[in-house]
Amino acid sequence: MSTAIGFKNVSKHFKGAGYNAVDHVNLSIEHGELITILGSSGCGKTTLLKMINRLYEPDEGRIEFFGEDISSSDPVKFRRKIGYVIQQIGLFPHMTVADNIATVPKILKWSKEKINARIDELLELVGLEPGEFRNRYPAQLSGGQQQRIGLARALAVNPDVMLLDEPFGAIDAINRINLQDELLKIHAASKKTFLFVTHDINEAFKLGTRVLIMDQGNIQQFDTPDNIVENPANDFVRSLIDSVKGQERFIGD
Amino acid sequence: MAQSILKYLEQNMDTYLQAIGEHLIISLLSLLLAAIIGIPLGILATQNQTLYKWVTTTFNTLRIIPSLAVLIFLIPFVGTGAKPAIIALVVLGIPPILLNTALAFYSIPEFMIETSMAMGMSDFQSFWKVKVPLAVPYMLTGIKTAMVEIIASATLAAYIGGGGVGNIIFTGLGLNRADLLFIGGITVAILSMLANVTMSWLEKYILKYKYANGDTK
Repeated sequence: MSTAIGFKNVSKHFKGAGYNAVDHVNLSIEHGELITILGSSGCGKTTLLKMINRLYEPDEGRIEFFGEDISSSDPVKFRRKIGYVIQQIGLFPHMTVADNIATVPKILKWSKEKINARIDELLELVGLEPGEFRNRYPAQLSGGQQQRIGLARALAVNPDVMLLDEPFGAIDAINRINLQDELLKIHAASKKTFLFVTHDINEAFKLGTRVLIMDQGNIQQFDTPDNIVENPANDFVRSLIDSVKGQERFIGD
Repeated sequence: MAQSILKYLEQNMDTYLQAIGEHLIISLLSLLLAAIIGIPLGILATQNQTLYKWVTTTFNTLRIIPSLAVLIFLIPFVGTGAKPAIIALVVLGIPPILLNTALAFYSIPEFMIETSMAMGMSDFQSFWKVKVPLAVPYMLTGIKTAMVEIIASATLAAYIGGGGVGNIIFTGLGLNRADLLFIGGITVAILSMLANVTMSWLEKYILKYKYANGDTK
């Protein structure tokens, strides 16, 4: 496997903040992994994610995308290689489901036939009947359905890397579990690299091939879920895991 | 009264229609100019916070000045006729268009712009494919307000020889004829209402995605 994303001593500071949002981070993500990035709000997890598609530029250090320094790329063209899904979904309300999904393919000037075939393929992938949903507007969809379209739109041109920033954070518990299961299937089928930011410990451990735990801009631990549970790196990670263990006991009783 | 109205319309249909034609031309031309000036300025005003605050306050204050005052103020500079009337109406029409355009662009959610950028849209694509469509609802509100205000105020154009339905009203005032005042007043009211209805219909058509619900099959 090749390295999809590498962080070399990356820092990001926001004006007026007392500490670095991301503080001298080094990490390497193999292609095909599904990394969950876990931390409370303000820990730097979203900042880390947004530096990958150059919505933020690091103040220090270097980020590599399949071995190439991203700072030398044209950000607009570079971003088309990366899918992006956020909690607010951000579907364009004035476009139908089909047009939303077709946004990037249209920019890349795909043929009409290819775009239409891709729309149907993606709708089926995210579990929505193409005939029924193609021509709907986002306002006619439930939150869960909207995020399915958000996923489909991000996957449209088969990007090498998918960035997901708390994508299921605003979705009800039952739908969230379904979406998590489907995301796992989509990831397994795509063999692409997924980075998934969440503050939900259960979600992070359920989805991640490896879990990256962050606090105050630093990586606390970056390992497989099993290894983290068995060998917590420090007190922060230990207390995090204990909080879930307590929850499980509670549910178990 | 009803008889004299019908008699007037019968004998002066040409004058009446010409007055309506002038009224609409002056109004629509003023609206067009107000939009051409107001929309870009409104977009520019949202480029930074301080500018936005200044522009909003300034134009909100300017709106207090009555159009008649502008009209009379302009006479020494541009004389009488349609020209000063149009200038006054443009001045009247700019604030609602500018303020609503600024509000429209100002209230586009940050995540929408971010999403468009993250998808790999250029600034140009993000502007035309995302920002403008999202701004259209408020912009249309501004244009609608300006249009109704302009059509109503265009009546005053006749006061300085600009023509329009105002001619009938001022003639009525001069001759002390209630029937003419009535015809003029009702006509302006109808024109305003028609403009409003047309704009609402246009709004519904452009913003059909907002009103769509349930199945579209």
